[in-house]
Amino acid sequence: MSAVIEFLGQEPYWSFVRLALFLGGVAAFVGLNAAYLVWVERKTAAYVQRRPGPMEVGPQGLIQPIADAVKLLSKQVLVPPGVDGVLFRIAPVLIMTPAMMCFVALPYGSALVPADIDLGLLALFAFASINVMALMLGAWSSRNKFAIISAARVVSQNIAYEIPMLLTIVTIVLMSGSLNLSEIVGKQSGWFWNWNIFQLHHNPLVWLSFLTFYICMLAETNRAPFDMAESESELVAGAFTEYAGMSFGVFFMAEYANIVVGCSLATVLFFGGWNIGLGPLLGSAPAWVGALVGLAAFFAKLYALIFTVIWIRWTFPRTQFYGLLNLSWKILIPVALVTLWLTSFLLKVI
Amino acid sequence: MLLTKEQALARSAHSVGGPNETFVLNLGPQHPATHGVLRVKLTMDGEFIQRAEPVCGYIHRMHEKMGENRTCAQFLPNTSRLDYLSAMQYTHAWCGIVEKACKIEVPERAEYIRVITSELNRIASHLVGWGAWVMDLGGFTPILYAFDDREKILDLMEHICGARLTFCYYRFGGVVNDVDEHFLNGAREFVPYMRERMRMYKKLVTENIILRKRIEGIGIITPDQCRRYGACGPVLRGSGINYDVRRAEPYSIYNRFDYEIPVYHECDSMARYLVRMDEIEQSLRIVEQALATIPEGPFVNPKVPKVLKVPAGDYTFATEAGRGRFMVRLVSDGSDTPYRVKLRTPCLANLSLFEETSAGMLLPDALAHMGSLDLVIPDIDR
Repeated sequence: MSAVIEFLGQEPYWSFVRLALFLGGVAAFVGLNAAYLVWVERKTAAYVQRRPGPMEVGPQGLIQPIADAVKLLSKQVLVPPGVDGVLFRIAPVLIMTPAMMCFVALPYGSALVPADIDLGLLALFAFASINVMALMLGAWSSRNKFAIISAARVVSQNIAYEIPMLLTIVTIVLMSGSLNLSEIVGKQSGWFWNWNIFQLHHNPLVWLSFLTFYICMLAETNRAPFDMAESESELVAGAFTEYAGMSFGVFFMAEYANIVVGCSLATVLFFGGWNIGLGPLLGSAPAWVGALVGLAAFFAKLYALIFTVIWIRWTFPRTQFYGLLNLSWKILIPVALVTLWLTSFLLKVI
Repeated sequence: MLLTKEQALARSAHSVGGPNETFVLNLGPQHPATHGVLRVKLTMDGEFIQRAEPVCGYIHRMHEKMGENRTCAQFLPNTSRLDYLSAMQYTHAWCGIVEKACKIEVPERAEYIRVITSELNRIASHLVGWGAWVMDLGGFTPILYAFDDREKILDLMEHICGARLTFCYYRFGGVVNDVDEHFLNGAREFVPYMRERMRMYKKLVTENIILRKRIEGIGIITPDQCRRYGACGPVLRGSGINYDVRRAEPYSIYNRFDYEIPVYHECDSMARYLVRMDEIEQSLRIVEQALATIPEGPFVNPKVPKVLKVPAGDYTFATEAGRGRFMVRLVSDGSDTPYRVKLRTPCLANLSLFEETSAGMLLPDALAHMGSLDLVIPDIDR
């Protein structure tokens, strides 16, 4: 046993083992998050709507997500006649894979960075934008009129919202001077006023930047009030109308995975990632304590943001489609541009 | 039968209309936004509606014909199943027409009870319409709040007549049971409770920017269109026409109470929304006044004969239901059963507006507009 460990501990094997461990970990993390965020969502919705929510399966309905997953898995994956079989089957895979790839680039803690890529931020966005294409393929290949209307909406919505989102990201990159996510987090260590959200001397409008980013994130992940892809009261189930069983379940999981990615990114870019914000007080603590505290801080911020996403969904009605495009082109993009200009000006002058 | 890919492609190419680039979208009869088995055949140009053709009759139940081969008393429960959300006003119309034809006196107390229950029913009906509409717009939470408030009304109704939806509480010459202190006190407590809730709904929903953007200026119905199609109820009053059966053709004892008919001149969906919200407030005012002045006395006229024969003649009677003017026409030849029963329901008239007003609209706007008509499908098909 010890010989095996020693053998695997050598380079280049160790890199592969590390990668395999992280991939397994990421898969488990995504699966668990998708399953239990559904539970959190249902419980939050129930709380907002003054009803108990799932209560039957397990205490407080805690085993409900597993029961749901088993139900979805036991269902036949229906492929209706007339659909484009290959694209129809491949679309759920295409939506889930990039979402999981994003998790590989995210820094969860100082000792928990699955892949420390120098262009991590860029890689993340490259993966995240495939999501739209997968939705469009799924909708298009199912040859359903509701789905096709939804596909057309999704494409224009995502194009409209990538622009202000990327402009905001560029602002943050200018402030941090790096595209490496670990470095961006590292720059925000120490006291909490080092977090980007409090870096008002670099970017006085950073709060607006965060708001822009958050709204774009909601739109990118097709969450209410921008859930044009699904808009169940207009388009039945939008892009997923023809999907049944686990192929529908995968779309559902991908939605939650994308929310986790979006909120993690907001945490990393604006709220100091794994930094607890009281760094100097922990200076004398052993390294593992610091790592654990950092991990807890990361997840606390992440889930607070995710909770807000859920909270928004159960509070607001859906926007109208042109309202959504107007918001992006007439408000968010100008705001993001002004912020970018101001930040680069201040960075040059100061 | 499985289609080959080519057949399926040819079929979908045909269905999108080939060179004309329009396609037909079947909205319903099973669709989440139609709230029932209404089918609307949409000819779409992209997401714009060129023509919306409502297809009625999926739950046609021959209520008028049933009225013609039953006695008046036997037909009474049918009327509460037309618009199941306005059962009180509908049974009121049927009782009213029989009382008018047979010249039956209704005791004072019974009239008060009718006004109180009808207005509570109107509040419940508007709450459902409001919640379901906001749900169509993508906001899920309000409907649960609305149902919570409606539950209080339904509990009161259940206490006096046993039913929770299709009330059959009115009888020729009165009501079936007297109301007791439990009901009266419950209604008295409900009025301030509901006012408090309305303030919350105003802050949470009516003033919500997304909701306002969705329905302001959407679905303009001109007063001229209202006249041509015979629109009624909140749809008519949202188009600036001050017409309410309770004022225009006073029935029961509505002329004794002090209340306003809310009228908005914007003609859009928001105007219809505000009319309904204001009507809840006005109904609360009527309930409050009626509760304060309800007299003691008999709750039903004891002299109503067991077997009613409507004297030969042609009678009409209208009530203001939650969705508008509900009118019954009864033609009798003097036999046990009416010769002809005509039920003029508000939802059919309001739906017929949809084809003209939705042309050129985007699909989500059209559905928001349809929600503003507050359709109850069994009321359309009868």
